[in-house]
Amino acid sequence: MLKTLKVRFSQGKQFVPDVTKADPKGFRGLPKIGPRACEAQCQKCAEVCPTHAINVKSMEIDLGRCIFCEECSRVCPVDKITYSNQYKMAASSRESLSVSAAAGQPVIEVSRRLKSIFGRSLRLRSVSTGGCNGCELELAAIANVNFDVSRFGFEFVASPRHADGLVITGPLTVNMREALELAYDGMPDPKFVIAVGACAISGGLYADSHALDRSFLNRFAPELYIPGCPPHPLTIANGLLDLLGRKG
Amino acid sequence: MAGLAQSTMSVLAGDTAAISLLKWIDFDRAVAQQLESNHRLVSCFASPQSGDESGIVLNAVFSKPQSGLEMLRTAFPRGAHFPSLTPQYPFFHCFEREIHEQVGLVPTGHPWLKPIRFSGSGMGKMATYPFFRVEGKEVHEVGVGPIHAGVIEPGHFRFMCFGEKVHHLEIHLGYQHRGLETILRQKEAARLAPLIETAAGDTTVAHAWAYCQGLEALAQLSLPPEVDVVRGVALELERIAMHLTGLAGVSTDIAFLPGGSTYGRLRTVIINTSMRICGSRFSRSWLRPGGVYHGIAADVVSDVRKSLEQFQVDIRLINELFQNSMVVKHRLQKVGVVPTSVAAAIGMVGMAARASGQEMDWRIDQRPRPFAGRPLELAVEGSGDCWARCLVRIREIDASTQWILDALKGVSEISCPPPPKVSVPANSTFLSVVEGWRGEVFHFLETGSRGEVVHYRIQDPSLRNWFGLAQAVRDCPISDFPICNKSFDLSYCGNDL
Repeated sequence: MLKTLKVRFSQGKQFVPDVTKADPKGFRGLPKIGPRACEAQCQKCAEVCPTHAINVKSMEIDLGRCIFCEECSRVCPVDKITYSNQYKMAASSRESLSVSAAAGQPVIEVSRRLKSIFGRSLRLRSVSTGGCNGCELELAAIANVNFDVSRFGFEFVASPRHADGLVITGPLTVNMREALELAYDGMPDPKFVIAVGACAISGGLYADSHALDRSFLNRFAPELYIPGCPPHPLTIANGLLDLLGRKG
Repeated sequence: MAGLAQSTMSVLAGDTAAISLLKWIDFDRAVAQQLESNHRLVSCFASPQSGDESGIVLNAVFSKPQSGLEMLRTAFPRGAHFPSLTPQYPFFHCFEREIHEQVGLVPTGHPWLKPIRFSGSGMGKMATYPFFRVEGKEVHEVGVGPIHAGVIEPGHFRFMCFGEKVHHLEIHLGYQHRGLETILRQKEAARLAPLIETAAGDTTVAHAWAYCQGLEALAQLSLPPEVDVVRGVALELERIAMHLTGLAGVSTDIAFLPGGSTYGRLRTVIINTSMRICGSRFSRSWLRPGGVYHGIAADVVSDVRKSLEQFQVDIRLINELFQNSMVVKHRLQKVGVVPTSVAAAIGMVGMAARASGQEMDWRIDQRPRPFAGRPLELAVEGSGDCWARCLVRIREIDASTQWILDALKGVSEISCPPPPKVSVPANSTFLSVVEGWRGEVFHFLETGSRGEVVHYRIQDPSLRNWFGLAQAVRDCPISDFPICNKSFDLSYCGNDL
């Protein structure tokens, strides 16, 4: 008993007090596109990008594809692209995941409908469909003692029958197609889809694979896109809070 | 046999033509000789035969105690039959299944020739898996998955039970198949790192290192020793983090709540340490062919040291509680036992094999740099139960933490030059092994006449250990399955690729 208390005492308070204002040291997050002009004809960043996330003409980075590998910033001769430790970068539409010098930050529009239904309590069912266990571990981490999202009323549930939101990770494999459909069909209305990680949002590194079937997302467009490879738990937690218009 | 150059104990690299193609009868005999001289099978796989489109090469890779790797090759025409090696050497079982599924060679006499991952023409046919059936009036089946209760990867488990007791567990995987090896063949050999880091995303460093050291051996690059040290730190941080994840998971599954929360939050400390150094909690974009993208700056070195020293204090407390708790011992001891003989017979590797008394660890047996100068102690337990697998993990966490602290002792910073461009020679092959947290990670690359990727093989230890899990739950009550599963902590996508 005393030993248990000792462990409990050594544990102290571990939760991040305000997930909207944390400072993850060293985190390679939201890329910033600087004002300096690119060198003429230079396409180096786009050439090395493993997921074709960069459009050099419009100088935009698609965070739905970006895996934050920093290959682009390493080859750029003028430091056009730099990475910040900003973790708020989820978006409520696929288009607003594109960041440029003018639009430096993805936008989440509060969903009135979702807020009125799930604003106080949101139950999530995670389905990994080809995920590498990066996104899955970071999703699980939002419920640990550090990020502790159950304080906001967010919780993962075991059965689709108990779920409001379907959280998809991985690039959507052919071999998971049927199980994914069954899970979604098993959820009661009202329900919605959340795409977590570059793989789920765009196919990511696997976009060209023959082993994918991404048609599910054409039929059920996500209400929330959470970029990253894998996303930081703070990115996930803030995305959920912002979608529901919560202050944290 | 003539062959590839040994660049370090865990890498073989050189001209593909230097490896002789044996006739089957010689190959078969050479396999027997290898095994009789206590060499251990690391991998067996098929690859295309250069210069002959209808030919398939069968490769067998062995490790020799304290003296590295050896490779044997033979060739068959497409669709050929060959006598299965599995009846005599059961540890060939998963490899022959994979070969059959991938290229259609038929190992005649294989007792269990089922799909490994439903790739190629089998894709999408998950419902056709030929389950073993146990017949009898009181026998019943329980199917679980592919989607499981927690936030984890998918896979299907089918239990054949008699009452509460599991007679047989059949593990049906493939749901995670993303076509990884096919995509690798479409890319430039020197630029595979981002994909390889996601082969099993919780084993980023081990897979990336296996790839990098292979390419470096082919390009005959010698790295500054600092690079090895930084890679060692990365690998051991990954090991500590994932062992903590496993211990937290086991604790939660047996309702030992102090373990669940404390191991869980200590993992945060470790992965945040990785992030502090390289920008990613999963060590992405840390290792690259030719070096590392991130050394350890002076202020970071002192932060890492401080974090790990505090970590040592904290983990000692929870380990003591865990190891002395009656609840924990009662739930884990004598549960999910894989005896040493079974572990050896089916070819288990890594942490799970060490918990079943198998003395194997590439960091120790083959002493790759940077472990040569600063050796680790082998963590082996004999009982082969869930308890043993937890103890091995606890011991390895301690050893790895100390190893990192020793490596950073008296060091003010570790700066590494940006990796040079690595050119990959044509018609070449490498074999490479790294001891990841689950066990040995094996990579193989063969390049073609233009230096393009002709074949890339990734082998996560999970491929071999899933069958160990099936063995572990035999005769256990079905309710013991979750802790057995968690104690093995295997990768689904690492198997399915």
